[in-house]
Amino acid sequence: MIGRFTAGVAPRGALLLALLFAALAAAPWFVNDYLLTVLIIILYFAYAGQAWNIMMGFAGQLSLGHALYVGLGSYVAATLFVRYGVGPWFGFLAAIPVAAACGGAIGYLAFRFGVAGVYFAILTIAFAEFARIGFDHFDFVNGTSGLFLPVSEHARTDLWRLRGSPTMFYYVILAATVAAFALCHLLMRSRIGYFWLAIREDEEAARAAGIDTFRYKMIAVMVSAAVTSFAGVFYAFFYNNLFPEQVFGISRSIEIILGPIIGGIGTLFGPILGAFVITGLAETLTSLMSAYGIDLPGAKQVFDGVCLLIVIVALPEGVWPPLARRLGVMKEPK
Amino acid sequence: MPLDVYLNVAVGGVLTGLVYGLMALGLSVIFGVVRVVNFAHGEMMTIAMYIAVVLFSALHVDPLVLLVPIAAVLFAFGYVLQAALINPFVRRPEHTQFLLLVALALIISNALLIVFGPDARAVQTSYALDSMQFGPVIVDTAKVYAGAAAIIVTAALFGFFRFTLVGKAIRACADNYTGALVVGLDVKRLYALTFGLGTACVGAAGTMAVLIIDTTPMLGPGYTLLAFVIVITGGLGSMPGALVGGVLIGVTEAIAGLLFTPSAKSMFAFGILVLVLLFRPQGLLGRRAA
Repeated sequence: MIGRFTAGVAPRGALLLALLFAALAAAPWFVNDYLLTVLIIILYFAYAGQAWNIMMGFAGQLSLGHALYVGLGSYVAATLFVRYGVGPWFGFLAAIPVAAACGGAIGYLAFRFGVAGVYFAILTIAFAEFARIGFDHFDFVNGTSGLFLPVSEHARTDLWRLRGSPTMFYYVILAATVAAFALCHLLMRSRIGYFWLAIREDEEAARAAGIDTFRYKMIAVMVSAAVTSFAGVFYAFFYNNLFPEQVFGISRSIEIILGPIIGGIGTLFGPILGAFVITGLAETLTSLMSAYGIDLPGAKQVFDGVCLLIVIVALPEGVWPPLARRLGVMKEPK
Repeated sequence: MPLDVYLNVAVGGVLTGLVYGLMALGLSVIFGVVRVVNFAHGEMMTIAMYIAVVLFSALHVDPLVLLVPIAAVLFAFGYVLQAALINPFVRRPEHTQFLLLVALALIISNALLIVFGPDARAVQTSYALDSMQFGPVIVDTAKVYAGAAAIIVTAALFGFFRFTLVGKAIRACADNYTGALVVGLDVKRLYALTFGLGTACVGAAGTMAVLIIDTTPMLGPGYTLLAFVIVITGGLGSMPGALVGGVLIGVTEAIAGLLFTPSAKSMFAFGILVLVLLFRPQGLLGRRAA
């Protein structure tokens, strides 16, 4: 197990990763509340991007509706908490099969009929939109008027019920990001990971080589959906309010994919680096604008779009692969 | 509810569906020839809608008069976009093209939000509240005009592809890319022309749409998705299919809005998409892929 974990890792890469982790772990002692919140948002997108990357980066299946799994995770955990007093960790356990089943349903519908590439992406958006409108009319979760979690006093930290200070949330999402990174690292080097890679590069050849492509694409969608659902649980308990428009909206799905695309699709570190780059830049822009008293809704999204455009046109691999080659840490099977 | 209510709503749905069909036709033309998926399709329609709304409120020009000029503006937009930005991507992996247009869509809809603000804008034509009666059926005059204009534009496009030399050359590019290059067609220019024609369709559809719906900056993603649902339902690459799909979706939405609640109507469009993918993946009028 340990052997598999460390095999093929460049020592310099491991060292840099350890330094980054140490810096992130120590961060709450050095930054103010505002910066801590920014770091939480960055790690949230790093986590969700990592989960999306399992589907797109590893198995080559483009999902533009990942907000669906975030939303399902949020609503399952929040509803159980608000209505039945069930804690978020059990809520997460309940959200996993729900999200995985939804991902599986989309995958089954698409892969059985060879709905691939762009049409698959459309199908994922359609399901997310379906869920958004459905939840708008779902009175059990208060529809458009939104679901609110009781806000606790910040003094007491209750990790079991995910109530407490931003510092607690910070460590929760940091731990989740590390766990997702480790999971992806293992998946990438596993038998499944190599099958995914083969499917991504050339599906027909993969099938000819005897890989059950339907089965492994289904696994990719379901694993990705299940991992993403925790992002939703975190979102619900961090923000304490849920509106279908907010969590299932198409712009949410786009936000999730910005990090991995800018960082580098199919790489392990790309989603993390991309989240730091795009969220960091966008937050800088937002705070600069508010410092100068400019209030322009939509400016951040235009900025996101321009960044995305620049990366796609100028750096088709993303930021990380060329950077990694320069740092001499590129040993991952790209 | 009496039967004639359903009939009125259904006819209204058909007329709205014709405008949807024209919009989806643009997507179908671009995909059928250039093989690029215009993910910014709905956003481009929103641009056309804002041009129509601004010209109407500033100069009181009727959207019907603006149909051709706005289609021409969108044609130029699409031509330049394809020639300058998208063309290098034609031979790149599918998802890269897709994400390029996602980025463009994000920029367009939010730029519109910055410029025009989030409020809905309507066009109050002199005939906005009029209705026409055909036997037992009563429909809004604006919808009749919009539907008729959609049919005329579609017929013109069919004629162009069927009878003109350029139209035939474009179809040749779609049928056989290498063959078109071999016989000396300027494929790059024809691609730009096709993309322009596709955006002109969406421009015409957008100009007509302001007669039927209010304009907001965030309409884009919803209509992009709707265009895809229509194209997949009607059959990929089938021009009549886009129109049939548009009418089918238009009627479904209208009836669903009557029976349930208007805000839930797009769920039924998605329902049709799922049914089509399950039982007739090649679409209603599409040919089964080899």
